[in-house]
Amino acid sequence: MPVEITRRDYSLVGRDSRFAVEMGLASAEWYACPIPRKRLKQLMQRRDGPPIRDTLLWFALLGLTGWLGCHFWGTWWCVPAFIAYGVLYCSCSDSRWHECGHRTAFKTTWMNDVVYEMASFMVLRESTPWRWSHTRHHTDTIIVGRDPEIAVPRPPDILGIILGFFSLKSGPKEYKKILLHCLGKLTAEEKTYIPETEYRRVFWTARVWVLVYVTVIAWAIAARSLLPLMLIGLPSFYGAWLLVIFGLTQHAGLAENVLDHRLNCRTVYMNPVFRFVYWNMNYHLEHHMFPMVPYHALPALHQEMKADTPKPYRGLIEAYREIIPAIWRQVKDPAYYVKRELPPSAKPFPASVPTAQAA
Amino acid sequence: MNDGWIKTCNVDDVEPEDVLRFDHGEQTFAIYRTTDDKFYATDGLCTHQKVHLAGGFVMDHLIECPKHNGRFDFTTGQAKGAPVCVDLKTYPTRVENGEVFIRIG
Repeated sequence: MPVEITRRDYSLVGRDSRFAVEMGLASAEWYACPIPRKRLKQLMQRRDGPPIRDTLLWFALLGLTGWLGCHFWGTWWCVPAFIAYGVLYCSCSDSRWHECGHRTAFKTTWMNDVVYEMASFMVLRESTPWRWSHTRHHTDTIIVGRDPEIAVPRPPDILGIILGFFSLKSGPKEYKKILLHCLGKLTAEEKTYIPETEYRRVFWTARVWVLVYVTVIAWAIAARSLLPLMLIGLPSFYGAWLLVIFGLTQHAGLAENVLDHRLNCRTVYMNPVFRFVYWNMNYHLEHHMFPMVPYHALPALHQEMKADTPKPYRGLIEAYREIIPAIWRQVKDPAYYVKRELPPSAKPFPASVPTAQAA
Repeated sequence: MNDGWIKTCNVDDVEPEDVLRFDHGEQTFAIYRTTDDKFYATDGLCTHQKVHLAGGFVMDHLIECPKHNGRFDFTTGQAKGAPVCVDLKTYPTRVENGEVFIRIG
C-alpha cells in the first residue's frame, strides 16, 4: 500500500515549530536513567590530564602529517599524508568542538575555550552561533521545528548526504553565513536561538575568520601554490568524511519528537583509534542524557546505564546495516523510523510524556 | 518562619561540594555546601531553561546546570558565560544546631 508522503517543516520558524510548542515537546522534561547521585558525582568529575594528553598528541599528529604533506608536495606521497592531515584537522575537530563546547573536556575553563575556538574554525562551524545551536539541540533533541542540528531530515536528501562527506553542502552555506555576520546581520532562524547579548561576538568572530582566510589566500597567491590552502581552509572540506561517517550514527533513522534519548540516540562501540578521533562521542546516548559527564568518563557511564538502555551497536558496520536501509526507506516513506527496543530490565518510556511521531 | 528565615535541611543532608533541592510552596531553591562547610542558597532553576540546578555539578564555587552546562558562581549568583546570560538570585543562609536556614523574605 503506498504511503502518503507528508513533508515535515524542519525550519525553526515554521509550522512544525509551532506544533512542537503546542504539543509540549519544546523545552520539555526528558527521561533520565536512574543513577545514584554519589556515583553520578564521581562520573562528573573533571580532569585536565586526559584532555591535555589527547590534545598534545593531536597537535603532534597534525604537525607530523602536515609536515609530511609539505615535504612530499608534488609527489603522490603527499596524498596519504594529506588524507591523514585532513581527518585530524576537520574530523578530529568535530569532537573537540563538541566536548569543549560543553566545557566538560578540560577541568580548566580557558583550555576548553581555546580548543573550542580553534576546533570551531577547523571544522568550519562559527563558534558562537554553533554553541547556541548545539544548546538548542540538547534542549530539543530531534524535535522537528526546534532542533537546528537534525542531520537527516525526512525525506532524506541522499545527494546532500553524499555531498556532506566533503562539506560541499554545509560549507558554502556556512561561508554565506560568515559573510552575513561580517556585515552585522543574522538569519531569522539564528535569531530564534542566539540571544542579542551574543550578537557582537558573532559579528567580530566572523570578521576575524575572514581575515584569516584572506591572509591564507594571499599567501597562496604570493607563493603561486595551493599548499597554504591545503594546510588551512581546504582541510575543512577534504577532511570531513570521517566526521560524517561517525556523525550519522548519532541519530539518523531514529524517532523524531520523542522525549527519551534512548529512542533517538545511538551508542556504537568503536576501536581505540576511532575513540581517540571521536573523543568517545560514540557513547552518544549517554552524552545526551548526562551532558555533564566528560568524554573520558563516558565508557564508565555506559556501564551504569546499559541495563536501562537499548542494546548498543557492536561497531560501525552493525550501525550502518540499520542506518542505510532506514534512510533509503525514508526517501519514499518519510513516516518510517527505526524503533529502538528497550531491554526487559529497562524502565518504560513514561506514558504521560507527549509524543508526536505521525508525519 | 522567623523574620523570613526558614529551615531547609540538616547540615548532613548535603555532602561537601554538592547541592540539594529544596521546595517551599511554589518556590524551589538550591542549597550548596562547599568543601569548607559553608552553605549558600540560590533560586533552584537555571535562568536559561528552568532546569533544576540540584541535578547539576558543583566545582569549587560553581554550579553547572545539568542540561546545557551553563555555570553560575553560587556565592554571588553571577552567570559565568554562555549559555547562561542572566544571574541567579541568591539568598542569605545561616546554620544553627545542625540545621540550614535561608532567608527568603
